[in-house]
Amino acid sequence: MTTKEIENPLIKFLLHLGDNALIMGHRNSEWCGHGPVLEQDIALTNIALDQIGQARNFYQYAAKLIAEKSGEKLTEDSFAYLRDSWDFKNCLLVELPNGHWGRTILKQFIVSAYKSCLYQALTSNADEQLAGIASKSLKEISYHLRWSSEWVIRLGDGTPESKQKMQDAITSIWPYTNEWTNFTDYELNILGDNHWNIKENWETILKKVFLEAGLSIPTNGYQHSGGKMGNHTEHLGYILTEMQFLQRAYPNAEW
Amino acid sequence: MGTNFEEQFQQKIDQETKIEPKDWMPQKYRHTLIRQISQHAHSEIVGMLPEGNWITRAPSLKRKSILLAKIQDEAGHGLYLYAAAETLGISRDEMYEQLHEGKAKYSSIFNYPTLTWADIGAIGWLVDGAAIMNQVPLCRSSFGPYARAMVRVCKEESFHQRQGFESLLVLSKGTEEQKRMCQDAINRWWWPCLMMFGPPDDESPNTLQSMQWKIKRFSNDELRQKFVNMIAEQVKVLHMTLPDPDLKWNEEKNQYDFGKINWEEFKQVLQGNGPCNKERMDARRKAWEDGAWVREAANAYAAKKSIAS
Ligand SMILES: [Fe+2]
Ligand SMILES: [Fe+2]
Repeated sequence: MTTKEIENPLIKFLLHLGDNALIMGHRNSEWCGHGPVLEQDIALTNIALDQIGQARNFYQYAAKLIAEKSGEKLTEDSFAYLRDSWDFKNCLLVELPNGHWGRTILKQFIVSAYKSCLYQALTSNADEQLAGIASKSLKEISYHLRWSSEWVIRLGDGTPESKQKMQDAITSIWPYTNEWTNFTDYELNILGDNHWNIKENWETILKKVFLEAGLSIPTNGYQHSGGKMGNHTEHLGYILTEMQFLQRAYPNAEW
Repeated sequence: MGTNFEEQFQQKIDQETKIEPKDWMPQKYRHTLIRQISQHAHSEIVGMLPEGNWITRAPSLKRKSILLAKIQDEAGHGLYLYAAAETLGISRDEMYEQLHEGKAKYSSIFNYPTLTWADIGAIGWLVDGAAIMNQVPLCRSSFGPYARAMVRVCKEESFHQRQGFESLLVLSKGTEEQKRMCQDAINRWWWPCLMMFGPPDDESPNTLQSMQWKIKRFSNDELRQKFVNMIAEQVKVLHMTLPDPDLKWNEEKNQYDFGKINWEEFKQVLQGNGPCNKERMDARRKAWEDGAWVREAANAYAAKKSIAS
């Protein structure tokens, strides 16, 4: 991929959305075949599939825009397979290792809750194609949110052991939450005034579910950020190494 | 009395009336089915592992999605099959226990490793292809829930087979390295796939009774032969070869002759000495043990809710 720097805010935003979906889907897909209950293994694989599908939609649209602007021919795979970590614009949370099932569910819940609010806002975006992808994805996301909320509640309100595990998971994940609503210029450019609702609505969902689960939200502590601008954790490099192996080892092959 | 039930039972079988879970059935029929269906269910679940090995490394987003969806289908097959076995009076947890303790078998094929991306295509084409050969006749199994589960399963398996073939077709038209990958995968999967049909008929102890009860419709060797005939033709489309110098069309018999299968290897794999037996079982046990707290929590939560309501 030769587009070293993409300055158009819409393209940046599309890549941000695509990267969040792809990397989260990648982490979820690591569970396939290893879940605690067969039905839930299937459910999480389904969520992985949905997110990879969403990523493809955003990447395809970004490729189309780039072709229109510069004539450069890219595909969805150019973005997933041929960029290095500094070009990825996902939030740090999605690249964190899965840990146990409860921690994975918790990550999915936090992200699904956020996405349900963000995509809702995007359905009325001036860019019709973006709005279209958002409303199509929203159906999937509301299922992801329902499923993950139910599991957060079930594990929070299950046994003392499961409650402790979930509370510990919240403590370790929480420093990666603020980044989502710390909007960058390229997000603000696309979202406009809508962004205030997103933060508020998201917090409402988190509070409601954690309350029902009997879990508490940490009130302070340092918050990490940087993913949206391409400054990632060490984990992303390994994800990309694995994901991009074939494309890097056998350049320009068709698969 | 006993003979009367048995006669009625055999009569139903002969008339192709399905046996349903509440019907009387000989103990041995029940046990044979539990063994066969649970073994089949375990194969679906263990079979997720070698393919799952390549999800995070799939070479394009399209291939990744196809692979994820396929593995998800296999999990679904496991679900239907466990449910069918449960109608015979065994629980899913008991079946898992038998698997984890090494008392229940699963298909020997899943003890082989997936070493390159081409293995994913080869599994779809050859392993799912062999599975279809075995399973299409099971759609007419005398036991209703098994037959019905197999109808759903077979539809998806043939889809998997086409997808696997298509993925190899792309490799076969690709770079030199991709062609090499494709041939290498075929070389490694071919013989183990022939073993999937089980031991030769003269060494297959359960076949005769199973055919009488119409749990099984064709013998191992018959199915194996059909498979060879089919693949020997399809491999030509790929411009690849099967690793068998004795493979030759026999005009008289109207079928392909093929070389000797290394049954010693098959025995070793069944005894746990295949390349990945240990990895597969360790992975299944680990998933089960790591998930214990989740299942306990879900049960505890469900119990609280049912008291509350
Ligand atoms: Fe299957
Ligand atoms: Fe299959």
